[in-house]
Amino acid sequence: MVNPDLQQELHGQYEEATESFGMPELRLRAENLLAVVQRLKSEFGFELFLDVTAIDHVERSPRFDVVYHFYSRPLNARFRLKVAVPENEPTVPTLTTLYGSARYMEREVHDMYGIVFTGNTDLRPILLYEGFVGHPLRKDYPMEAEQPIVNYRQ
Amino acid sequence: MAMMEYMTTKKDELVGWIRKFSLFPYPFVTACCGMEFMSVSSTLYDTDRFGAALPRFTPRQSDLLMVVGTVSHKTAPILKTVYEQMCEPKWVMAFGACATSGGFYRNYSVVQGIDLVIPVDIYVPGCPPRPEMVIDAIVMLQNRIAGDRHPIFPTEQTPVKV
Repeated sequence: MVNPDLQQELHGQYEEATESFGMPELRLRAENLLAVVQRLKSEFGFELFLDVTAIDHVERSPRFDVVYHFYSRPLNARFRLKVAVPENEPTVPTLTTLYGSARYMEREVHDMYGIVFTGNTDLRPILLYEGFVGHPLRKDYPMEAEQPIVNYRQ
Repeated sequence: MAMMEYMTTKKDELVGWIRKFSLFPYPFVTACCGMEFMSVSSTLYDTDRFGAALPRFTPRQSDLLMVVGTVSHKTAPILKTVYEQMCEPKWVMAFGACATSGGFYRNYSVVQGIDLVIPVDIYVPGCPPRPEMVIDAIVMLQNRIAGDRHPIFPTEQTPVKV
């Protein structure tokens, strides 16, 4: 079992440990993120950075959850981390120092949710285009807003 | 003596007849309708029977721009460039619901119909359209081309306003 081991090992560095459909999940604070991920990678073999995304809880404070998924080949297990970030300062430390693939995935999350990954030097738009205003996957982005690049025909 | 040494016809009808059977399509394939395009242009349905088969993979050599699939705001400038690169005469087919109207997408990224960006001659709705619908559209377009005016001589063309 991965979950009890990890919970014991990482005790004190997270706020809440849960399990969802067999996948262990930790809620933690942004300042502990790098240390926890570092340990997950070096001690438990979570070498594959599967995904980073975000969830917009409009009514909640702090508003966003940044969600990380990792995979460990030695343990054949997946792992999820959730970091809550507030709307007025949506920043989390970047994981580019540990996983090179984080560069692109963090760019996408920055596009879609406006989460700023401190330390990621290249947060240019990756799926959106230069000049796009706003963050389309935020719940308060108007659904019918269009920002065309070419001028429409009359 | 040969049966037909000469024949008389109208110039527009002759040129239209020639043009309608030599539609060189340029497939601008962006999404899943591409599968349907493959099926309609390959053996079973075979648009070659209607003289509209040979896809040219450069817009400069093609007559029929087939916009197959969803066009996003980020792709729209590319589509416009491709259209502008085609030589006259040129026709545009909007293939599938997304190219026609944006389809079921109503969000930040999808152009609500390619006719907002380039002029369209024929729309093929459907998600994806049946191959028979595409063939029908090609035939309708050919009939239109056959009945059109085809100004090719300098005297027929509208003079350039100075």
